[in-house]
Amino acid sequence: MPATRAAPAAKAARKPAAEATPNLPVTAPAVFSREEELQSYRMMLLIRRFEEKSGQMYGMGLIGGFCHLYIGQEAIVTGVQMASKSGDAVITGYRDHGHMLALGMDAKGVLAELTGRRGGLSKGKGGSMHMFSREKHFYGGNGIVGAQVSLGTGLAFANRYRGNDNVSLTYFGDGAANQGQVYESFNMAELWKLPVVYIIENNRYAMGTAVTRASAQTDFSRRGISFNIPGEQVDGMDVCAVKAAADKAISWCRAGNGPYILEMQTYRYRGHSMSDPAKYRTREEVQKVRDESDPIEMVRSRILEKKFASEDDLKKIDGEVRNIVNEAAEFATNDPEPEVSELYTDILI
Amino acid sequence: MSINVLMPALSPTMEEGKLAKWLKKAGDRVKSGDVLAEIETDKATMEVEAVDEGIIAQILVPEGTENVKVNTPIAVIAGEGEEASAAPAPKVAEAAVPAAVKSTAAPSAPVALAPPDSEIPQGTKMVTMTVREALRDAMAEEMRRDGDVFVMGEEVAEYQGAYKVTQGLLQEFGAKRVIDTPITEHGFAGIAVGAGMAGLKPIVEFMTFNFAMQAIDQIVNSAAKTLYMSGGQMGCPIVFRGPNGAASRVGAQHSQDFTAWYSSIPGLKVVAPYSAADAKGLLKSAIRDPNPIVFLENEIIYGQSFEVPEIEDYLVPIGKAKTVRPGKDVSIITWSIGVRYAMNAAIELEKEGIDVEIIDLRTIRPMDLEAILTSVKKTGRCVTIEEGYPQSGVGAEIAAQVMTGAFDYLDAPVVRITGKDVPMPYAANLERLALPSIPEIVASVKSILYR
Repeated sequence: MPATRAAPAAKAARKPAAEATPNLPVTAPAVFSREEELQSYRMMLLIRRFEEKSGQMYGMGLIGGFCHLYIGQEAIVTGVQMASKSGDAVITGYRDHGHMLALGMDAKGVLAELTGRRGGLSKGKGGSMHMFSREKHFYGGNGIVGAQVSLGTGLAFANRYRGNDNVSLTYFGDGAANQGQVYESFNMAELWKLPVVYIIENNRYAMGTAVTRASAQTDFSRRGISFNIPGEQVDGMDVCAVKAAADKAISWCRAGNGPYILEMQTYRYRGHSMSDPAKYRTREEVQKVRDESDPIEMVRSRILEKKFASEDDLKKIDGEVRNIVNEAAEFATNDPEPEVSELYTDILI
Repeated sequence: MSINVLMPALSPTMEEGKLAKWLKKAGDRVKSGDVLAEIETDKATMEVEAVDEGIIAQILVPEGTENVKVNTPIAVIAGEGEEASAAPAPKVAEAAVPAAVKSTAAPSAPVALAPPDSEIPQGTKMVTMTVREALRDAMAEEMRRDGDVFVMGEEVAEYQGAYKVTQGLLQEFGAKRVIDTPITEHGFAGIAVGAGMAGLKPIVEFMTFNFAMQAIDQIVNSAAKTLYMSGGQMGCPIVFRGPNGAASRVGAQHSQDFTAWYSSIPGLKVVAPYSAADAKGLLKSAIRDPNPIVFLENEIIYGQSFEVPEIEDYLVPIGKAKTVRPGKDVSIITWSIGVRYAMNAAIELEKEGIDVEIIDLRTIRPMDLEAILTSVKKTGRCVTIEEGYPQSGVGAEIAAQVMTGAFDYLDAPVVRITGKDVPMPYAANLERLALPSIPEIVASVKSILYR
C-alpha cells in the first residue's frame, strides 16, 4: 500500500532533478539587464573585498574565534536575494557575512561585530556567526550546523500562519544537509505546504570532508524526493543561473505549493575557517576554479562584452567598494569594546 | 468455569475510573475481541474487550458508576456449557459505589492537600478542578485572547492530548492553531522556535520532557541564547511544556526530572507548579511572557483536584515563591510534586511537635532567593526536596545560596532530599526506593533538629 501510494508522487518529485544531469541546470540562466549585471557585480565585489579585509584583520588579531569566509560563493546569496522581495525571511549558518551584506545590512556594523565592538550589529555580543536584523527579516547567523533548517522552516510556518505571501529563504551547506533535523523539517514543510526555499550551498567540503566521503547521495537536489519536494541543481558560480532558479523556486513557494530545494554547486576558495590547514585538497584544485569559474570574473567579462560598462566604469565601482570596506575597517578597529555593563543585558526581555 | 471480568488499568498511573457504558447485557454471548464496555478515566475513554468466550452471566457494576478501582470485578462470563445463572455472584467490591456518593476529589488526592493561598482575595468563589483541566483552561483562555498563540506537539489535536491536557482545543480553535506534529521533537521544536522568532507565540507540548532531549539544542542554543547573541534584537516568546519527572513504572528512559538541566541556562525561565491554581495562573503568565519558558508539569498530579479561584484572567507572577505552610522549626524548600511530599511529611512531623514551613518555589529560574532566605533565617534549618539527581541538582544550588546568604542563621547543615543517584528502576519496590519518601523526609528533618 505505501509503495503504490508513493510511486506517482515520487515520480512527480523526481522530475526536475531527473532532468538535471549534474552541473547542467534545469532552469536556463536569466539574461540580466545592464542594471542587474552592474548590481550583481557591485554586490559580489563588496562581499569579496569585505571578506578579504576580514581575513586580513583576523591575521592581525583584530577578529577572534571562528571566522568563515564566503569568498567564491558570492553569486549564490547575490542571485537569490535579487529574486526575493521585501518581507521574505532569510536565515543561514555561520558563513553569514555575505548574506548580511546582500540584505543591505551596514558593512560597518557587520565588521564591528567581527571585531567585538559596541557598534557591531549585536553590540559585540554575537560575533562572526551571530548577527540578526528584524528590519531586514534576517534571522542569523547560526552556529549549530543544521539548526537553521528547522528555524527557517518555522519562519515559513509563521508566514503561512499569517496568510501572507512571503517566503523563507533557508540557506545551509552540504555538511548540514546530512543532519537529522533537516529531514524532520523537510517532512513537515511538505506536509504543511510551508513556503520555504531550501538553498543548499554545496561547496564540496563539509569542513575538511569532501562531499563524496560524507554523503551517500551527492546529488543534493534529490534529498527531498522521499518527501515529494522538488529540487534542482544550479550552477552556483553563475549569478544569472542562481537568479533564474531562485525566481522559479520562490514563485513555487509563494503560490502555496510547499517547499523547494535548490542545490547550488559552488566552491569556497578559502579554508573552512581561518584556522584551516587545507590539507584535504590541492592548491591546483582551488586555482582551477578561480581561473575557470569565478563568479565575479564571469559577470565582469559579460559586462565588458555586452558593453554595459567600460573598464574605467568598473574601476570606479571597485574604488567605491574599497572605500566602503576601508571605512568599515576603520570603524571596526577604532570603535570601543562594549560597556562592561552589557555583560548582563539582553538575557531576558 | 466462570470468569470474572476485572476493571482494567488503562495507563501506568490509573488507579480508578468510571464505568461509562455497557455495550453487552447479561445473557449476551460474547467472544474474544467483542467490546464489552466503555471506561472513562480523567485522561481518556477506552473500550474494554472480552478476552474469553462465553455468556455474560452477570453485570456486577452498573453503567454510570464512578471511581471503580482497578481490578474490581465488573462482570462475570460463564464458560461454554455452563448455566449462565449458575455462576456464583462475586461480592461487589466496595469501591464500586454509585455516582451519587462521588466526592469532589479523587480519594487518592484529596483537595485538603491543596495549600491555602494567601494570594487569593477573601471571599473569592472557588471551583474544583484538576491540574489537567487548569492547564487546558489556561491555554484556551490565552488562545481566545491572542490569535498569535498556537499549540503544537505530538497527539495534541485529534487524539486530544497524550495526557489529555489539550482536550477540546482542536474543536474550539481548529487545526490551524492546534497542530499535530510527526514524532520529530528536534524538528518541530526548531520550527516552533523559528515561528517564535518571527513573532508568533507557540506553545510546544512535549509528550514528556524525556523526549525533549532530542530537541534540547533548539531550546538552549536557539531559543535561550538568541536574544543575547543579537544584542537584544531577536527574542523568542515560546512555552515548552509537558510532563517532567518520574511517572510510574515506566523505567529509566521515561522517568527523569530535568529541572536542574534547564534551570542552569541563562535566557530561559523555568516554571514548575504544584497546585491547579498555580498551574493555571503560571501557564497564562508564561504564554504572555516575551521570553522562552520551560514549563515543567508532572504526570502524577495531572489528575489531582484543587480549588481554583474563579477570577477572570487569573495570573500568577513568574519568579515568586509561595509559603504554602507557615512553620517555625524547619524550612522545606521544594516545588511541583515535591510540595505533596512535603505536605505529607509535615503532617507526620506535626504529630511529633515539629512545625514545618513549606516554601513552594513554583519558579525555579529566576529563583525567589528572598523567599528562601527569609524563611531559613526564621527557622535556622533548611531541607530541599526534588525528584532529580543529587549531583548538581537544584537542591545543591539552594544549599549554596543558603550558605552564602544565611550562613550565620543556620543551626544545622542544609539537607537535600533527592531522587537517588541511579537510573529509574522498573521494579515497584526499587522505584519506591529511588524516589524521595515521607519516612526519608521525616528522618532528615528530625536529624537536623537533633531529635
